[in-house]
Amino acid sequence: MKFISKYRKHRFARPLLLLFSLCALGFTFSVATAAPSSNSMAADARSTLIEEGQQIFLKGCSSCHGLNAEGAGVGPSLIGVGAASVDFQVATGRMPMQDMSQQAMRKAPVYDEEEVAALAAYVASLAPGPRAYTNEEIKWERDGNTAEGGELFRNNCAMCHNFAGQGGALTQGKYAPTVMGVEPRHIYEAMITGPQAMPVFSDKTITPAEKLSIIKWIKSAESEPSLGGAPLGRVGPVTEGLLVWTLGLGLLIGIAVWLTAKSR
Amino acid sequence: MTARERIAGNVANYVDERTGAAAWLKKNLNKVFPDHWSFMLGEIALYSFIILLLSGTFLTFWFDPSMRHVVYEGSYQPLKDVEMSAAYASTLHISFDVRGGLLMRQIHHWAALIFVAAIVVHLLRVFFTGAFRKPREFNWILGVALLTLAIVEGFLGYSLPDDLLSGTGIRIAHAIIQSIPVVGTYLSFFAFGGAFPGEVFIPRIYIVHVLLLPGIFLALITVHLMLVWYQKHTQYPGPGRTEKNVVGYPLMPVYMAKAGGFFFIVFGITAFLGAVASINPLWLYGPYTPGQISAGSQPDWYMGWLDGLVRMSPPLETYLFGKTISWNILIPGLIIPGIIFTGMALYPFIESWITGDKREHHLLDRPRNVPNRTALGAMSLTFMVIAMINGGNDIIATHFDLTINQIMWFSRIGIIVLPPLAFVITKRICLSLQRKDRELVLHGRETGRLVMLPHGEFIEVHEELSPAKKFALTQHEQPAAIELVKEDARGVLNPKGIRAKIQARLSSANAENIAKPTAAEVKELESGHH
Repeated sequence: MKFISKYRKHRFARPLLLLFSLCALGFTFSVATAAPSSNSMAADARSTLIEEGQQIFLKGCSSCHGLNAEGAGVGPSLIGVGAASVDFQVATGRMPMQDMSQQAMRKAPVYDEEEVAALAAYVASLAPGPRAYTNEEIKWERDGNTAEGGELFRNNCAMCHNFAGQGGALTQGKYAPTVMGVEPRHIYEAMITGPQAMPVFSDKTITPAEKLSIIKWIKSAESEPSLGGAPLGRVGPVTEGLLVWTLGLGLLIGIAVWLTAKSR
Repeated sequence: MTARERIAGNVANYVDERTGAAAWLKKNLNKVFPDHWSFMLGEIALYSFIILLLSGTFLTFWFDPSMRHVVYEGSYQPLKDVEMSAAYASTLHISFDVRGGLLMRQIHHWAALIFVAAIVVHLLRVFFTGAFRKPREFNWILGVALLTLAIVEGFLGYSLPDDLLSGTGIRIAHAIIQSIPVVGTYLSFFAFGGAFPGEVFIPRIYIVHVLLLPGIFLALITVHLMLVWYQKHTQYPGPGRTEKNVVGYPLMPVYMAKAGGFFFIVFGITAFLGAVASINPLWLYGPYTPGQISAGSQPDWYMGWLDGLVRMSPPLETYLFGKTISWNILIPGLIIPGIIFTGMALYPFIESWITGDKREHHLLDRPRNVPNRTALGAMSLTFMVIAMINGGNDIIATHFDLTINQIMWFSRIGIIVLPPLAFVITKRICLSLQRKDRELVLHGRETGRLVMLPHGEFIEVHEELSPAKKFALTQHEQPAAIELVKEDARGVLNPKGIRAKIQARLSSANAENIAKPTAAEVKELESGHH
């Protein structure tokens, strides 16, 4: 370090040092505020998405779920529910709720797919939770097994959703909705998040492959033609009894009246 | 005489000389039946039974009543390679791989629902018109027995395919058997050959379903019809109709044609239902395993009331001397049905005790003229309908946006409050209809024609009823109440005591009627009619 000790008292030393320091400072600053590279651009878009999601959340959800999704008297905390829950609840129109009834019902979604993604990103940013899926990721047609799915459905799902997936009643006005006409990703997300009255079916209870089989069985039941004639709602013997007492006996008694009518 | 007539005559003569059938046929083919639509309700039941025999026989050709484990290899893909019982597999085979099998299965099931429904409406007709009165009490009891057996037979048939729904029904039947105090467990072991589900109940209920019960049905139906034949048919009152005659058409040719034609119509409607409406789509239910259950598991309609009673019963259970008694199953599952069916069977005797009427009756009552009986019928029906509604509470809840709890509480309260209310309302309606009849006989029918009299007064012209109509409205007799005899002339207390008191009280309620117009009143009005 002879060089430094030799010239440190040089008359140009101070201005040079000042110049060097200013340059260093300027460079650091310019690096810190420079236009982002390709890698940091994704991170930034993500933070914008989260920002956007937060804005939607503040407008549409915070009155029940709290300003920081910490939950309030009416709505539960959303910290840790993950993107899967948001995608299921919002993209099927269940959230935001229309009224404070027992259960949020399925309706036309309020937010479009992009807004749902933003909301999901925001909620997922609060704490880790199950991620959302796309329909393309759920490869039920390739990996599912209908018969096995039927067994699994009858074992795990039919007690609430009915043997043909038509839905059924639960206590106090809650109900299991029909699983007909539901997008595969939403069926999958429902199983992993357990929305509303539904329990969570973790990957240990029902493996991902088995979940695909269940979806395949549901899709097969959905597209199965009504083999015996009018399906009568596929809700079991109640509608059959109704038909017998109205149309069946109605016709028979009507004809008995006709047979015994006096000719005038 | 043409050649053909001669040959026919010779054949008939040949048969007659050896059997003596001509005289018997002549007498019976001329037998007269009264004409009314409500007399054909029992026929619907009879014809459905024949349809059940025919379609059921078809099904037995392929059905395998066994609980042997098989792996399904038939043509219904969603159940491919699923393990199931041979009973379920063979039912799937009938449905998908036997030509016409699904249609026959559906016809069989629809016919079963129509069979029980027709028995019920037939029974209601007999009840509300008083056709069960002397001398027809035994036939009434036979009818109640047939209804009970029909419900059991239907339930066994529903249980045979061993699908998820029928297995659930069997499970509930098993629970009801177990609820019998002390012997319930032993009885259930006896019936199921061990613990539920075991391996024997499908073969057992099969033989009861296809052999024992149909045999009993045939015997009871035969006796039921022979009694109708022997006692002659009842008829509605009207001019020329008495307790000693039957007004109507002869069996040959009129009723041969009507009844024969009606059989084909019943068959046609059943086949139509079987062709266009799905019933018991058991391939969707899947095979039965005790670990599974479906939401909306219901019995067929004729068991719906029983299910509804069980569903509404509060969770009562006692634990006595080391034995658990499940009142919540025992009361709705056995005690209440027992009371209902026993009461129904004994009703003719109860009514004749109340009215003190021991005479024969072949002329039917118009329901309004016996307000108490009609009100009792409406009360029982209300009870059954509420129980039935609760049996479908989950389906009603999802389809009408209600909660199961609301429906259950409606049923719990309603089943106690509404039947008595129905009694009172029906009785009042009957009495009002009697008033209307009285008004009609005395003042005629309102024509709606207004006439202005010369002095400016407006009157509505009433049209007098025909004598036939007047007769029909006034021919019935109105019962007098039985006087309560506290002590006889010599001061001895009536030995019947409280029974006499109850009888007198019920009888005076039964005698509550609007006085029908007397001949004197009619005559007086006829002489100076406005």
